[in-house]
Amino acid sequence: MTAPDASGVGRPGHPETADAPLPGRGLDLGTWIAPVVSVILILALWQATVLVFRLPRFVLPPPLDVLTALVNNLPILLRDTWITGRETVAGFFLSILVAVPLAILINLSAPLRNGIYPFLLLGQSVPKQAIAPLLLLWIGYGEVPRVILAFLTAFFPIVVNTAIGLQMTPPEMQDLGRLLSASRRRVFFKVTFPSAMPYFFAGLKVAISLAVIGAVIGEFIGGDTGLGQRILVASGNQRTDLAFAAILMLSLLGILLFTLVALAEKILCPWYDKS
Amino acid sequence: MLPLRLGEGRGEVVVIELDAVSMVYRSRGKGAVTALDDLHLRIEAGEFVTLVGPSGCGKSTVLKLVSGLLEATSGQIRIHGQPVRGPRREMGFVFQTPVLLPWRTVRENVLLPIEMLGRPVREHVARADELLAQVGLDGFQTAHSWELSGGMQQRVGICRALIHDPEILLMDEPFAALDAMTRETIGFELLRIWEERRKTVLFVTHSIPEAVLLADRVVVMSPRPGRIASVIPIDLPRPRTVEMEYDERFKEAALEIRALIDHGSTSARTSATAAGGRA
Repeated sequence: MTAPDASGVGRPGHPETADAPLPGRGLDLGTWIAPVVSVILILALWQATVLVFRLPRFVLPPPLDVLTALVNNLPILLRDTWITGRETVAGFFLSILVAVPLAILINLSAPLRNGIYPFLLLGQSVPKQAIAPLLLLWIGYGEVPRVILAFLTAFFPIVVNTAIGLQMTPPEMQDLGRLLSASRRRVFFKVTFPSAMPYFFAGLKVAISLAVIGAVIGEFIGGDTGLGQRILVASGNQRTDLAFAAILMLSLLGILLFTLVALAEKILCPWYDKS
Repeated sequence: MLPLRLGEGRGEVVVIELDAVSMVYRSRGKGAVTALDDLHLRIEAGEFVTLVGPSGCGKSTVLKLVSGLLEATSGQIRIHGQPVRGPRREMGFVFQTPVLLPWRTVRENVLLPIEMLGRPVREHVARADELLAQVGLDGFQTAHSWELSGGMQQRVGICRALIHDPEILLMDEPFAALDAMTRETIGFELLRIWEERRKTVLFVTHSIPEAVLLADRVVVMSPRPGRIASVIPIDLPRPRTVEMEYDERFKEAALEIRALIDHGSTSARTSATAAGGRA
């Protein structure tokens, strides 16, 4: 240690503050075994229940049947997943595009905030499923109403979180900006906007999961493509195994998209989980 | 109240002047609360003045008024004879908590005021590194705030306040959150920088030993309403050392300040009781 330091801290790279135990680091068997075992147990229990109680397969297919349906119909399911994913992502990005400028507007002035907020609260409280038939009426079938539904469901958590994040500028930083007579724009880009990033991403994580739901609701209402439609048709044909396989693909899609957002957060604001 | 010492550029030019400064906060329901009442103070160029008093005596308000972030209800604050109207760039402000921006490296945090001023950043990198080296943070230029202890973060906060070479350094209980050992070390570091760069320092603290050890003069404040109870000149040689805490002059000054503060709070209690009796 060359620099004597009464506070007794580590050097960069060996931060004293960062050596709290990280969950799931390395090949920690303890953290892996438990979930794997529990999943296998549940699946076995499911399979046993169906066999023991002789449940009709159209009521509850055993997991192995679901797996078979998944493998046999993989090309169709992948195409459905691609369509639903495309709608979800389109709606999601559209909601970012509209929500972020709106959040900035809300924070620009009190009259703007008071003017916009009632509509946000009202819009948020409307169940998006209720709008779906109207969209069908106005726009018709196709991917557009689904994208709009994904957009509507994803939109509110992004606006609200980003708006809150933009208010999180430390008061000291505002004082610093005033002392140096920095322009509002400069303070915004140097301090306010980056400060809001963790909140923005928290909003995105909620939004991406909701966007999947929005897209599926859109598919339920109309059209003949996507995982939502596949689930509807399979259920109607008593192909419960295929419906289950489609639901599995849907949740995998949700997990994948969520992981991508979390990854983007790690890359774009790596400081968040450290500070 | 006139300082007896002269020389070394100190005790000649009045930099900060408080002239009958009062601050009254008006809030609905509660009526008016007088935070500061008739403050008179003159601080000279290169002087290190500490402001000590119990919490709630308006110490921090004084700093905000001097910096121009707040406006006094009555009276006038002058910097080099010019009345303060609004925030002023020649102030460096060290906050109670360092508030470093976590997405910036240590060096980038120090350079933030330069960016806010719209000055060329590259021309100030060397100065930032020099300041960091002076507080023992050489080698930490590209570290991030989460890799630093509280003491190191506040050192960065001091460098950030000094980067645009302000004439006046305002410090608002900067070491309050630090442990006693770090507090002492960082205090002496601050004194070294001050001796070298000759800033005029107004330093708010609630620690009497800290106030005495750092200052040329200690302004003692009494609470509710905040008044200047007394200004105590500290007759200890420079540079200051840890040993001076055991010097008789140190103890004398500390005791005197203690008595002033205790007296202030006693009178506040009595007046509160009196007010309660009347109601």
